[in-house]
Amino acid sequence: MNLNKILKNTFIILVVSLVLTACATKKTSTSSSVSGQMQGDTYTGTDTVKELAKGVPDRVFFATNEIVLTTASRETLRKQAAWLRKNSDINVVVEGHADERGTREYNLALGERRANSAKDYLMTYGISSDRISVLSYGKERPVDSGSNPLSWSKNRRSVTVKAN
Amino acid sequence: MLFRYLFILLILLPIKVFALIEVDITRGNLNPLPVAVSPLDIDKNSKDNFKRILKKENLGSEISAIVENNLKQSGLFNPLNKEAFLQEPDIANLKPRFEDWNLIKAQALVTGKVTFIDEKLRVEFRLWDVLAGKEMMALAFTTVPSNWRRVGHIITDKVYERLTGEKGYFDTRIIYISEEGPKTDRIKKLAIMDQDGFNNKFLTLGNELVLTPRFSPTNQMVTYLSYFRNLPRVYLLDIETGKQEVVGDFPGMTFAPRFSPDGKKIIMSFAKDGNSDIYTMDLENRIVERISNHPSIDTSPSYSPDGKYITFNSDRSGYQQIYVMNSNGKNIKRISFGNGLYGTPVWSPRGDLIAFTKLHKGKFYIGVMRTDGTGERLLTENFYQEAPSWSPNGRVLIFYRESKTNSKGEGFSAKLWSIDLTGYNEKMVETETDASDPSWSSLLSN
Repeated sequence: MNLNKILKNTFIILVVSLVLTACATKKTSTSSSVSGQMQGDTYTGTDTVKELAKGVPDRVFFATNEIVLTTASRETLRKQAAWLRKNSDINVVVEGHADERGTREYNLALGERRANSAKDYLMTYGISSDRISVLSYGKERPVDSGSNPLSWSKNRRSVTVKAN
Repeated sequence: MLFRYLFILLILLPIKVFALIEVDITRGNLNPLPVAVSPLDIDKNSKDNFKRILKKENLGSEISAIVENNLKQSGLFNPLNKEAFLQEPDIANLKPRFEDWNLIKAQALVTGKVTFIDEKLRVEFRLWDVLAGKEMMALAFTTVPSNWRRVGHIITDKVYERLTGEKGYFDTRIIYISEEGPKTDRIKKLAIMDQDGFNNKFLTLGNELVLTPRFSPTNQMVTYLSYFRNLPRVYLLDIETGKQEVVGDFPGMTFAPRFSPDGKKIIMSFAKDGNSDIYTMDLENRIVERISNHPSIDTSPSYSPDGKYITFNSDRSGYQQIYVMNSNGKNIKRISFGNGLYGTPVWSPRGDLIAFTKLHKGKFYIGVMRTDGTGERLLTENFYQEAPSWSPNGRVLIFYRESKTNSKGEGFSAKLWSIDLTGYNEKMVETETDASDPSWSSLLSN
């Protein structure tokens, strides 16, 4: 494991997130997000969220065409990492998903990026890459079948599932 | 079964070139050519034999109905109502009374004859120019009776070619993904059918997710993405034998496969650690070559028909755009510069155009542009549609379209559609189930 690379990645993720959060906040004030469940176009609600373990949400959400982790996403992933450190015999699959508003093939690649974005963050909190595999579903497995911005925001996600 | 050897084609008479009827297919055809397709003549003995073998009351009429339907679907021809025909099939095939056909405004006439000889199906047909009062073409062929639908398609291809000057696309098949079940948990199967929707067959059972099948230019092989054992990998399937194998067994996801024009290589994306690049695999020696190398997403590669270039989709500029490079990965050039996002570039079999999907202001478009990116033309707009595939003559595109669901998330459907390069003749392609990811084969005969 190349610690330098990981630290560098974390730094980039943090910096980019800060920049984006700033933009997102500005946007929300004008677009008054759908029933308070979205910030910018990232889902912030809990409707579809399940628990990986007690108090540990299983998924994080992304903005359209983005792979950057939000502040809330990073908090969720830190909880997942803490739980994984405590349960060192458990391996996970991080499933990456996209919404239906993109071509199938690009979305497969995007889902893979999102899953790796979550995986990289878990790794920076000490989880070995051997314990985390990634699986992209692209737009093939939406959780919400609606054709509207809120539904799409729930579908742009990465979900951490137990592999054993 | 090898298709090409089943047909013994013979030319009855030398085809003379007259300055006869011509159909211009380069522009939208708002006045389809009126054509009369006479039922093919059939003698009593042949009729009885085919009825016994194929359970078809009158094979002559059945075959002419296929031709009629094909011509109508092309949008270039207007097959006339048979009830208006004044001449019987047998006499018409010998010597049409052109005045009679002229009277019902037919400009072209197709006649023919079906016979049962030595357990085989023999078909002859003739194409006549009604106004000039001349025979334009006469052909005959013999095949096994079970090939009777293909006979109808081959006749259509010959008629189309004679009247438009370009090869047809009727004796072809479509491989696609059959879809069933709720949107959140779709069951997807590999399926294949004739171009006109008949002879539908499922090639997988639906136990694992399958996506994006593509025909080899040799027609017997298909490459596609399967999630077998939850490992998304590119597979190769021989549709004649049913034999399947992994070709993209890399340490990560392989996807977006297509054949090279000679059918010897598969080009695909390989995703690892959040980065997708383009690779090729030689099917003979299994040598893998990396073609693109960039931290962005590179996917949806498609070769030019001469194999010298590759068009692909990349977000290296920050957003999805279309690029062209040499087949060795050198000399990468972005070609899409319009507003919006561009994806799924597919090189036309004629070489001059690239078809694509475009997303702009919440709408999806199927369009075409020249290979240098100029002359962008959007053919159709919808809530969601993508994945164009060219007919083998480069005149028609088939793609899939998904519907918007209602406020309860119900009413989802996915259907195949086709549209002429001219932007005219847009229509749904009937399938037994919902359908997506169509890929058009090349001509089975010739």
